[in-house]
Formats: sequence, structure tokens, C-alpha cells
Amino acid sequence: MKYILLFCGTRDDPRPASSPEDVQRTYAEVGAWLSRHGSRIGSIHQLQPPDTATTVLFERQRPPIVKDGPFLEGKELVGGYCEIDVANLDEALEMARTWPGRTRAVEIRPVVPHELPRELDRS
Amino acid sequence: MTPAGDLESSGDAARPAASPAEAYAAVAAAFREEAGHLTATLVRSMGDFDLAEESVQEAVLQALEHWPREGIPKRPSAWLLTVARRRALNRISRDARHAGKLAQLAWEPAPEPDDRLQLIFTCCHPALRREGQVALTLRAVFGFTTGEIARALVASEDAVAQRIVRAKRKIVSAGIPYRMPSPEELPDQLPEVLAVLYLLFNEGHLATAGSGWRRDLSEDALWLTGLLCRLLRGEPEALGLLALMRLNLARAAGRFTTNGDLVKLADQNRSLWNRDAIREAVALIERAAAMRRLGPYQVEAAIAACHAEAPTFESTDWPQVIALYDLLLELAPSPVVRLNRALAVWQLAGAQAALRQLDDLAGELDDYHIYHAARGELLSEMGREEQSRAARLRALSLTHNQAERALLRQRLLM
Repeated sequence: MKYILLFCGTRDDPRPASSPEDVQRTYAEVGAWLSRHGSRIGSIHQLQPPDTATTVLFERQRPPIVKDGPFLEGKELVGGYCEIDVANLDEALEMARTWPGRTRAVEIRPVVPHELPRELDRS
Repeated sequence: MTPAGDLESSGDAARPAASPAEAYAAVAAAFREEAGHLTATLVRSMGDFDLAEESVQEAVLQALEHWPREGIPKRPSAWLLTVARRRALNRISRDARHAGKLAQLAWEPAPEPDDRLQLIFTCCHPALRREGQVALTLRAVFGFTTGEIARALVASEDAVAQRIVRAKRKIVSAGIPYRMPSPEELPDQLPEVLAVLYLLFNEGHLATAGSGWRRDLSEDALWLTGLLCRLLRGEPEALGLLALMRLNLARAAGRFTTNGDLVKLADQNRSLWNRDAIREAVALIERAAAMRRLGPYQVEAAIAACHAEAPTFESTDWPQVIALYDLLLELAPSPVVRLNRALAVWQLAGAQAALRQLDDLAGELDDYHIYHAARGELLSEMGREEQSRAARLRALSLTHNQAERALLRQRLLM
């Protein structure tokens, strides 16, 4: 089954100022995680911060509106995502549990297994 | 002809039931033993949780209709399996997408090691909501009908049906596997199962008698916990929960008056307690302790044992009870545990000391009826009757359980 792991956080996460060594170590741990799970990972991306986002809003009977900023308006933000292909939820959970990056939460979302007709994409 | 007519005619004659009550008790016992087996067998052979569970459900409904009238078949599991498999075959042949499963169903499933565990862990998977876990366990493992679950949990049938549909949909769409957790996952997943079992046990434990036939949730939960202990050897927390349930049941005869009213622990007639059952439960706690992996259920059982072994309320070993609550607070901190600890402090250090500790909990437990009932007792002992009355009225407004309401009303009249 395909899942997307969403690496989530909040805007006001208390982050201790990290030393260059800490950053290096986290990168090394993420690298080890990637090589351990490499065969299950389709793609993985870190996203630029939410203030770099641009959103296109669709409202009924109106032309799309382009808005500055992310769609999620609360404190929550998505910092990155990873597409994985594993046997079941427990395997996805095992990957998420061992994720070494500095994230508040990893949300696991199953991917709809078939391709939707384009006109249904927005319903 | 009965739904499993071929079984009856092959000499597997049913035994007529003596009375409806007896028939229902036998039906309940048969479901408890067989429904989980059956669902597990069908899930294994078809790989489709939904279809398996629905087919067993239809078999259970058939049994509820036929068994009280015609008697319990000699081999209830064979009867149920025949009916359930026939239902599944009908469903599959109507639905072309399932064509590949026909061949699998035609086989007589080979006897396998007990796979009810897999079923339990699937139903109580941490990715499911607690209310869904509870409803699904009752449905798939015990074979409760939606109506029975609704009555047992005091919820509407619509709500229960919703919870089951939602849970099953999540099993399929999120890819929750039908498997035993690995040893690394067990520490995460076993507590979910134990929490569901303890919740079921308590739902049954507080229920009053009467109002027609009702399957005893406590008995079902106790049975399944025992099964879990047999199948998962070396899990001290499962043993701890089993001991805790047995200790509570051993004292059940003293908990209610003949009218079904609750009796406070201090006022219970301890000669009604089952001393043999208490000794057996204490032996279970010792067996668990020997495994040297302490957990909250073992500590709760040890606290219950302190009460169960005391010959009188006054001779309870309160310092030991308080020490155990401190241990429990380290393992599983919760305001309810702090409330219970404060009530032990009451016996050791007086109402004033206990009330101070209760005041610290006001914010967290304002919606909990026991909190206000306890405050009522403390305030009354201190002669603050006005405040005591207000606390007891608040407690009364927060519980719907008949026996608890009766006890609270009686305390208000004193």
C-alpha cells in the first residue's frame, strides 16, 4: 500500500537553538533512516517555510483566487512529506516511529489506490 | 429446515433447552467461545475482514432465532460455521469482484493455532478510536448483535452501527493488518487491548440486574482476558488485569443490596466476599510479579488485594495502599488515581488532609461524579452539611447509573 508521511509541526515550536554539531547529527540520522528504508521510499521532500507558500482558492461560481500564504491557517504546518510503499499500516507506523528528524508529529495518510478522473479531483 | 439443516440430519441432534433463560445463557456461552474463532477462521480463509464479520453476524442472528426454540446444537461452532460460510458464499457469488474468493471458501479450513489473538489485535489497533475498538471487539470477537452492543453500552443502535462501519472502513482504507504484533510492537498494542477489556468489564460491573436478557459484559471481558493470558504467556500486565477483574468479581456479592442498590466499601458485608477467589487472584499477582516487569494493572490489582484481604474496613493496611498509589502515579499518572489516593489519605490522616488534596483536583475532575460524591462525604464528616449537600447534588446530576443514583440519593437523605 502507498502512504504519504506528512512531517508536521507548529509555528511556535519551542526549538532550542541548535549547534552546528546538532544539525550535523540530525542530518546523519536522517541519512541512516533513508538508507535503511530506501527500498520503500518513493520520494521525500522538505518544504520551504509556510511564508513562501502561495495558495489558489476555489469558490463556487467564481474564478480562482490567488492568495499569499499557506492554506492551513492555524498554528499547524506541514514541513515536508515522504511517499512510501509498504505492506500495511504497521510497517508505515514502524517507519514513522523511527523518524529521526525534528518534527512534532508524523501523520500517515493512505493514498487512494486508483487514479481519480480529473473532474473529481476537487470535489 | 434449519439454516444448518444438513448438520442436523447428519445425526448432530440438538439438545432441547429447558427454559428461555437457560437457552439464552447457553447461547451467550457458545458465542463467547465460538464467534471469535469463526470470524478469525473466515478472515484467514478469505482475507476480507468485512465480509467475514458480516457473515458471522448473520449466522449469529440465525442462531438467536433458532437456538432458543430448537435447542443448542451439539457442535455450536460447526452449526455457526456452516451458516456463516453459506452466507459468505451467497454474498460472493452475487458480487463478481469477489470471484477469486470462492475457491478459498470451498475448502474446509484446516485447524490452525488459535488465531483469535490476531482478531483481537486488529479490532483494538491503536489507529482505531476507542469507541470503535470497543464496538468492533464486541461484534467480531464475541458475536454481539448491534442491538446487544447498544444495550450493553447504553448507546443508540444507530450510533453503534456508525461506529462499527467507521472502524471497518478504516481497517480497509488505512491498511490495518490482520496479524499479531511483533515483540517490538507488543508494548504499544497490548495496552490498547487491555484498556478495551477493562472498559468492557467495568461497563458490566456497574450494571444492575433486571430488564430482561442481557449478556454479562463482565463475564465476557473476564473470559477474554483469561484467553489472552493463556495465549500470550509471559505478559504480566495481562495477568495483572485478570487478577484485578477477579478481585472485583470476588467482592461483587457485597457490592449490591438485594434491591440492586450499591453499598459503600466501608459498609459491605465482607463475609459475602468469595475468599477462595481472592486467594486465587493474589496467586495471579504473585505469578505476574515474578516476571519482574511492573505495570499499572499489576499495581491496581495489588491495591484491590489490600482491600480484599483486610478482614474489616478499619484494619485495611492504609500506608501500604498509599504507597501503591504512589507507585501507580509514577507508572500512569492520572487525576482519578490522585483522587483515590486522597481517599486512602482520609483513612490515615483524616478528612481535613484529604479535602486539601481534593481541592487541588477541582479543575481536572469537575465533571466526574465520584469526585463530588467523595467531597460530599468528606465535608459531611467535617460537619459542613450545607457544602456537603451541594457536592452530593452535583454528583447526582452527573451520573445516570441507577445504582449509583440510588446510593447518592440515600446519602442526601441522611
